[in-house]
Amino acid sequence: MKFTFGWLKEHLDTKATLDEVVEKLTMIGLEVDQVHDRAKDLDGFVAARVVEAKKHPDADKLTVCQVDTGTETFEVVCGAPNARTGLIGVFAGSGSYIPGTGITLKPTEIRGVVSNGMLLSEKEVNLSDDHDAIIELPDDTALGSPAADSLGLSDPVIEIEITPNRGDCLGVRGIARDLAAAGVGTLKPLDRDPVPGTFESPIKVHLDFDKGTEDACPYFVGRFIRGVNNGESPKWLKDKLTAIGLRPISALVDITNLMTMDLGRPLHVFDAAKVEGDLHIRLSKKGEKIMALDGKEYELDGGMTVIADEKKAEALGGVIGGEETGCTEGTVDVFVESAFFDPVRTAMTGRKLNILSDARYRFERGIDPAFLVDGMEIATRLVMDLCGGKPSELVIAGGEPKWQQSITLRPERIENFGGVKVAKKKITDILSGLGFEAKGSKNGLNVSVPSWRSDIVGEACLVEEVVRIFGYDNIPAVPMDGNGGLPHPALSPDQRRRAMARRLLAGRGLVEAVTYSFLGGAEAALFGGGGESLKLINPISADLDVMRPSLLPNLIAAAARNAARGTADARLFEIGPTFSGVKPDEQAMAGAGIRSGLSGARNWAEKPRPVDVFDAKGDVLAVLGGLGVAVEKTEIAPEAPDWYHPGHSGVVRLGPKTVLAYFGEIHPRVLKDMDVDGPMAGFEIIFDNLPKLKEKKSKARPHLELSQFHAVERDFAFVVDSGVTAAQVINAAEKADKKLIAQVSLFDVFEGGDLGEGKKSLAVNVVLQPVEKTLTDAEIDAIAEKVVANVTKATGGVLRG
Amino acid sequence: MKELDALRSELMTAVKDAAGLDELEQIRVSALGKKGRITELMRGLGAMNPEARKEAGQALNALKNEVAEAIEEKKRTSADSELDARLAGERVDVTLPVRPESQGCIHPISQTIDEVVAILGEMEFSVVEGPDIEDDWHNFTALNIPPDHPARQQHDTFYLPGSGNDDRLVLRTHTSPVQIRTMMETEPPIRIIVPGRTYRCDYDATHSPMFHQVEGLVVDETTHMGHLKGCLIEFCRAFFDMDDLPVRFRPSYFPFTEPSAEVDIGCTREGGEFRIGHGDDWLEILGCGMVNPKVLENCNIDPAKYQGFAFGLGIERMAMLKYGIPDLRTFFESDLRWLRHYGFSALQVPSMVGGL
Repeated sequence: MKFTFGWLKEHLDTKATLDEVVEKLTMIGLEVDQVHDRAKDLDGFVAARVVEAKKHPDADKLTVCQVDTGTETFEVVCGAPNARTGLIGVFAGSGSYIPGTGITLKPTEIRGVVSNGMLLSEKEVNLSDDHDAIIELPDDTALGSPAADSLGLSDPVIEIEITPNRGDCLGVRGIARDLAAAGVGTLKPLDRDPVPGTFESPIKVHLDFDKGTEDACPYFVGRFIRGVNNGESPKWLKDKLTAIGLRPISALVDITNLMTMDLGRPLHVFDAAKVEGDLHIRLSKKGEKIMALDGKEYELDGGMTVIADEKKAEALGGVIGGEETGCTEGTVDVFVESAFFDPVRTAMTGRKLNILSDARYRFERGIDPAFLVDGMEIATRLVMDLCGGKPSELVIAGGEPKWQQSITLRPERIENFGGVKVAKKKITDILSGLGFEAKGSKNGLNVSVPSWRSDIVGEACLVEEVVRIFGYDNIPAVPMDGNGGLPHPALSPDQRRRAMARRLLAGRGLVEAVTYSFLGGAEAALFGGGGESLKLINPISADLDVMRPSLLPNLIAAAARNAARGTADARLFEIGPTFSGVKPDEQAMAGAGIRSGLSGARNWAEKPRPVDVFDAKGDVLAVLGGLGVAVEKTEIAPEAPDWYHPGHSGVVRLGPKTVLAYFGEIHPRVLKDMDVDGPMAGFEIIFDNLPKLKEKKSKARPHLELSQFHAVERDFAFVVDSGVTAAQVINAAEKADKKLIAQVSLFDVFEGGDLGEGKKSLAVNVVLQPVEKTLTDAEIDAIAEKVVANVTKATGGVLRG
Repeated sequence: MKELDALRSELMTAVKDAAGLDELEQIRVSALGKKGRITELMRGLGAMNPEARKEAGQALNALKNEVAEAIEEKKRTSADSELDARLAGERVDVTLPVRPESQGCIHPISQTIDEVVAILGEMEFSVVEGPDIEDDWHNFTALNIPPDHPARQQHDTFYLPGSGNDDRLVLRTHTSPVQIRTMMETEPPIRIIVPGRTYRCDYDATHSPMFHQVEGLVVDETTHMGHLKGCLIEFCRAFFDMDDLPVRFRPSYFPFTEPSAEVDIGCTREGGEFRIGHGDDWLEILGCGMVNPKVLENCNIDPAKYQGFAFGLGIERMAMLKYGIPDLRTFFESDLRWLRHYGFSALQVPSMVGGL
């Protein structure tokens, strides 16, 4: 919403400076976006008369002008065709900065004649695009007076952002009212005297709505004005509109724009000669067409409010007028419309047809339902003043929709809800300044809401009105009430676990990434997703249209992008949501990581190797272990989803069903489909599946027993079939003596040599930890025999000779 | 006795001149071994008369100890010099780089969320979360944004098909629906913050289709706008680590709060350089207000009894301001150079005790 300071003062009697007004606007919720002081751009430019214009001795199209600024005379070379003796123009001396061209003037010799300044065009002062002619000021302009004054640019333009609830401030008067209530001057009275009609309008208005849809346009005020002359608007009106970025068109159109911007009362003017019979306000029929004032033809849905004549729709109520019945220079008789269109339907129509208009903007935010007649009278006077003509009596259809409401405000709520104590007298003053009427009653104040404040619906709204005008700055800041002790942890155990996982992975050298929750359908499908239910209806692009089933594809793509930029060997992880369906419980919190390329940078000390499944497994076990999961109780099996290398991947399970994590090398075909280079090893941890931590669980650790006897170690190498797993051998060895065997670790795998086809050797180290006494050789041998027997039984393996 | 003196002198010279541990061992064996010269002499004592035996015995013992000590001493010094000689030959180039290690780090979004949680946790807020895919009711209607409200158009919502036109699903446009879910499930008093992903269908230099917010909600019987101011002023000053940071509250409008406010912090753009703190300018950083009684009603909480405030802030914006990150879109590009430059050490865990 734009307006000028001077325009504001037409409604507001104030001595406040521009800065004070701007500050106050922002602090009462009418946030000032910017203030454009156009005069500042024209500082130093003055009105000056060309006292003599002679043809340049050396150039046909140039004129040498003697320019009198009232105090001095300058010689100026000018190229404009209208430069002539007697003209009063806008003079800029040497050294001035020209805003329209960005040039700073200096004395210049043009074909032998020195030019000491410039007579400016409209383009050079940013008034229009006209660069051919120089500006011609009225003959009575005082020489030497600031050009900004005579150009109508001395008035600063204020632009404010109006929140959607303040439709009443989409007219300058509403803004002035708020300022007056806030103590910045007083609101001037508005001349709303009726203009007597002299005849009955030949055009009648009919509200043709079916039962139940009458609210589309419950109230319509019209007036016929005969014999107008629709010429150019006077300068004051054109200046106003130009200042706020509107193009003056003709007096009648300019008047409707003025009414919209000044009073928030959009109007429409029909050329009466082009209207067939009466006007009918009705809902559109599907497929009906209308040629609008923006020059476009719109095909309407059913249910849009149209103003039609006997033949067809001529305007879209509250949105835009029609071209066929629009006013032109030749318009003689007009029919003026001042109506109330319902906000919801107007918004819907505008949205469906994609029409943004000043009228729609106001109707959908709610215009004043009690200002139709007044608006019409003010508009009539403007038409008669600027275009002449004789007004008819008012044509009124329907009636004012009920807007009256009263709300009880308990004054103490200002303090115990709004947080600031305001005297009762001040409360009622603020409210009445805003147009409310507040009367004392038993329960508090009985407040009647003015017609233009349809946004006020309850006591909290009234608290806001009072506190906003009283000033948020005046609310004392109060510390939050505490429980009197130390705060409880802010994070739940699950949240804390994720936070730990994040720092654990970063501590292991992985870099945290945050990637979009959506990705392309093809990538999603490679990772088990891509279903229709998770496809966005309106994605920003086709490669970001499906909710991600896994964190891996985005990380893989990110690793590849980094490789393309020359940062190979990425280690990335992310912790965030994945989606298997649209329901809340189908969203899971996951953690995933990717290691790509080589195990490390090329270096002198050790040879890097390609990343593999055990890098990923290491990450998984470190995280699970770090989060307190009993890793030794989990089962690791070679069963991972399709996007992993089938032989180099695994699952970490707790019990038969609960999957804690997957890990492995990414399937080469998946990498190829994603057009990225491998190898890459990754993992996915499903946090939601980790065993739940109980909040109240005792923090005490189990009792620690430290043996005072020396541990004994024995190594065993077993020859087993290649299908036998390390886990099988280790498990079998551990079971040989659960009390004394403290640890079994695998330290060598060997295939080939004299072992033969289909065989391998697995070597384990067994640690025996005596607890009661030192073991004798015989006891140790007995356990060793049991280890061998157990492994043989479980795996068919034999001790290697 | 002369013989003994000669032997002493011979042995001591031999020890002194011995080159290396091997030769010393030979000297020890030849003097003190089973058949060593001193051993032999001691064996000869038995044949002497008691008086001579005593005298010769003492002298021999002294010689034996003297030689043994000299050998030990010589052993020590030659071991040292042998080690010194070996180490001197083992010099490496210590300017060689270390074996490669990968340095991980925390994304500034996570770090900033952790900071926000650390501050507000001190004010007894606890963290709750909710789904990213929401229904229309939780995301809009329950928050007092009816279907045709102009505010809905400002949201640039992403839609998912759902099971039909009437219950289209949305990607939450703000973290506010978690307010609703919490109030539906919890009895007041409520004091929560909700960090999470939010989505708007917009992409340009200053908009990302996904970004993060932290929502705050307090509902009890007494919290008023003064508390709202106290909470957020304290928060801003702690977050930006500036005790006198100017903070101002400006009336604004959100459908789900009434009264509503936007919060600005002081800043300056003097000399073309942007700085937070005292200055001639203000920068909007968050929106807030008293929970609209209609929202409480929608969640079956009695607005006659309960009241409170809500606020929402953009994580990326806070991170950009605090850490001088110029471009919103770079947060999600996963460029390792960027992540390492703006990232945080794993051990830099924000807390009010340890610092933010």
